[in-house]
Amino acid sequence: MPFDSTTLYEGLVANGLIIPSGVQGVFGRNAVFEEVLERFNGLISRLALNDGAEKMTFPPILPRQVFEQSGYMKSFPQLAMGVTSFCGCAADHGELVRRIEESEPYDDLMAPAGVMLMPAACYPVYPSLAGTLPHGGRLFDMTHWVFRHEPSSEPTRMQSFRVREFVRAGSPETVIQWRDTWLARGLELLLSLELPARSEVASDPFFGRGGRMLASNQREQKLKFEVVIPVISIENPTAVCSFNYHQDHFSQTFGILQADGQLAQTACLGFGLERVCMALFRHHGFRPELWPQSVRSLLWT
Amino acid sequence: MSITDIILRTLAEHGRLAADRSLIDDHTDLYQAGLTSHASVNVMLALEGLFDIEFPDRMLRRGVFRSVSSIRQAIEELTAGAASPPQLTGELK
Repeated sequence: MPFDSTTLYEGLVANGLIIPSGVQGVFGRNAVFEEVLERFNGLISRLALNDGAEKMTFPPILPRQVFEQSGYMKSFPQLAMGVTSFCGCAADHGELVRRIEESEPYDDLMAPAGVMLMPAACYPVYPSLAGTLPHGGRLFDMTHWVFRHEPSSEPTRMQSFRVREFVRAGSPETVIQWRDTWLARGLELLLSLELPARSEVASDPFFGRGGRMLASNQREQKLKFEVVIPVISIENPTAVCSFNYHQDHFSQTFGILQADGQLAQTACLGFGLERVCMALFRHHGFRPELWPQSVRSLLWT
Repeated sequence: MSITDIILRTLAEHGRLAADRSLIDDHTDLYQAGLTSHASVNVMLALEGLFDIEFPDRMLRRGVFRSVSSIRQAIEELTAGAASPPQLTGELK
């Protein structure tokens, strides 16, 4: 199978693994896809078993005020997705239904719902940390649906997908050491599944000319790493795991202090669960029952 | 107003520096003085407006905005050493 997005997409569809919706970057997943995803997520849980992370689950919508405070719009306005709702009266409702029936625009009848779709899995955690952390800081574990407005025919570029995310907050040494431990763990985990993974310094898709400077800063300071695997291209491998060191960005924003009163630092890491599944399907085939025994035994034990 | 004065005033307006402005000299490390990545972008955009220049991609780097001296060097290169444009004084608060 060549490394290209059309072949992978068509293979996933032909094997029933994903179910197209008619909108780019939005598709369903069948039971086989979901089982692979859950098995892989289970492997991560095994790695994290003795870390003492606090599990949290938030709904896939974020209060708009938290979204604004986080500064997402300064960096990634092009990816943000909002939520609107009909808040009109009975007369407006008649008009709304008429316009939809006649395929006319009706966005002026919709109003902001006060929430945004979750842009990144870790965002709801930071406001909850406002105040002073205990000695040793805190560690969180979550699996969240996230949303990015980047419709694409590439199967790996989805408008909504799941991320298994960990967040560490504490002293700079604690946070960096934790990040480095997971960078090694993540790489080892993916290599153990016989995926040609490697890690590299990376940057986020910051918006505009200012964004080019932010990306260059991020790379120069090595604030972001990714574990990448060829999935739809050999030359441009796909990021399946991402490690972001925020320094004190979120701590300044939300007032998060170490036990000694100094400003805390934070880092997060996330496995793109659908992308890992797609890497497995691309490298080992669309039928998990035919995968190498070593890979199967890791996932199915 | 000299290029250095304009840079210092732009830093005061957009740099959100933690350090006292009077302590900033030509070679002070602005990042150590509290210049964040986002603030450096605002400084960059403000300077572009004031000098009517566009920093090319090769200059959109951390090192270029590290000190007053390195910023001045970049601006001088882009304005080919011309004196600061006359409209600058009025635009600064």
